Amino acid sequence: MNDAPPVETRGLVKRYGELVAVDHVDLHVERGDVFGYLGPNGAGKTTSLRILLGLIRPTEGAARLFGRDPLIAGAKALEGVAGFVEAPRFYPYLSGRRNLSLLADYDEPSSRSRIEEVLELVELRDRAKDRVGGYSHGMRQRLGIAASLLRQPRLLLLDEPTTGLDPAGMRDMRDLVRRLAGEGITILLSSHLLYEVEELCNRVAIIRKGRIVYQGALRALLETAASGYRLRAREPERARAVALNQAGVADLRLDGGELRFSADEDAVAALTVALGQARIPFTALVPETASLEELFLGMTDGESSDHDRPAAVAV
Amino acid sequence: MTAVARVYRWELAKLLAQKRTYLGLGAAAIVPVIFVVVLVLQSGGPNDVPLGRYIRDTGLAVPFVVLFFMSIWGLPLITALVAGDIVASETQNGTLKTILTRSRERGEVFAGKVLATATYTLALVFALGVVGLVAGSIAWGFHPLTSLSGTQVAAGHGLLLLLASLVIYALPLAGIAAFAFLLSTVTRNSAASVVGALMWALFMQLLGVLPGTEGIRPYLLATQFEAWHGFLRVPADWAPVVRALWVCALYIGIPLAAAYVVFLRRDVAGE
Repeated sequence: MNDAPPVETRGLVKRYGELVAVDHVDLHVERGDVFGYLGPNGAGKTTSLRILLGLIRPTEGAARLFGRDPLIAGAKALEGVAGFVEAPRFYPYLSGRRNLSLLADYDEPSSRSRIEEVLELVELRDRAKDRVGGYSHGMRQRLGIAASLLRQPRLLLLDEPTTGLDPAGMRDMRDLVRRLAGEGITILLSSHLLYEVEELCNRVAIIRKGRIVYQGALRALLETAASGYRLRAREPERARAVALNQAGVADLRLDGGELRFSADEDAVAALTVALGQARIPFTALVPETASLEELFLGMTDGESSDHDRPAAVAV
Repeated sequence: MTAVARVYRWELAKLLAQKRTYLGLGAAAIVPVIFVVVLVLQSGGPNDVPLGRYIRDTGLAVPFVVLFFMSIWGLPLITALVAGDIVASETQNGTLKTILTRSRERGEVFAGKVLATATYTLALVFALGVVGLVAGSIAWGFHPLTSLSGTQVAAGHGLLLLLASLVIYALPLAGIAAFAFLLSTVTRNSAASVVGALMWALFMQLLGVLPGTEGIRPYLLATQFEAWHGFLRVPADWAPVVRALWVCALYIGIPLAAAYVVFLRRDVAGE
């Protein structure tokens, strides 16, 4: 039982009439992972998380948390597990602190003793006596984390925790996730933001239209997404001639006064020296990361679209 | 404290933090006061209803008369106001998913909600009864009561009869609450559940007054609101009381069993 992975799903399917929200999803999250569950809105991330938390019944397949199926074990399957789907919800007419003591009582009353500690951790102590009805979205999000931490989870399920937060709130939330991961909590985090997952996660699954199109290490994923560079030089034609003679520079083309090419880091470094020697000033040399949409294209259409894909948006 | 008792305590706390609870309890308490004030100011009275003729004799008669009038739609409405909301509002607010992802089984959450609804229903009846008794006693004193058999009942004994009547009266009301609870679980819509439960109560009333329904009349929910008449006879007539017990058990048990099955299996999705 103790060796069972924090999350394991087998052939998970959820149908709503004709619509297949989740289509044979096999997720595997190992202990200590910060696992990114990546996909556009409506891809089936939230539905999968609902099944994991026992809120909805899968049409087919099974989900296990530390080896226990919420469908069979009920609330006991959530032992050591906490989290939320969509935005965390609280009783608007109760204060933040009272909401937490309510939830502590829905667990074991002994967890009440941790209320002040978790409020402190999410920096809500000053507002804890106010009704949740007056909280901002970011504060509710933080209260959601506090409510989860009351359970002292070994696995934390977070559904788009930074969605709707302002930039500072997003940064704080990511710091918090990093900190919790540092304490050894396994985290499954859904997101539609590639850079967020890149920043936080070691492993990812990509879901598209209910199907997992990639699952594995983040590093391996990024290698499959061909990376390129964009160069803005004062004399693009001459710069192009220099780049053409540079070993390791490939896929070179001139696009709207900018050079685009793919190369590894050493070749790029050598190119800058060559441009300097040729006295061609350049104002920008930008690495381009594939956007999530492009990754999806790569996932579903193979590698063929790498050359003539539209201008990449750095994310 | 057991897990269900903790859930129950918080369900009560939630009710006590919501306006609609006070709206319901307030309505149950204010109606007998208005009733007494009007009868003090006006001559004439509700002579056609049980104990109506004796209403100015003793404060003890007031709750019984008000119970009669409130059984038609007043108490069903304010009962449904909370019972129809107690699951639906948590679905609509999204808090159901919050409490269902803690350590309590769905059955425990369900039990806590049922107990809280029952408590509210009982509180309504007692608020009405106690306020009616006090207001009536202030107006006309606390004197012996004339029973439905025409005999005099000592005031102290009358108080006991009132207590028993309030308890037996709460049963059909609990039947309406159970129906509202079922609608609340199934429709996930508070307003629809309140209105639906009220329609159910009115439908039961209507069935009772239509010609040709004499055969089923003793088993209608609305009829059980008169079961307390049995206590007010000398000697006590236990037949309507016993019938109310088992008839109401069905009206309470069947919707609750259905609600339980739905609550245990249902998907908690959406907001």
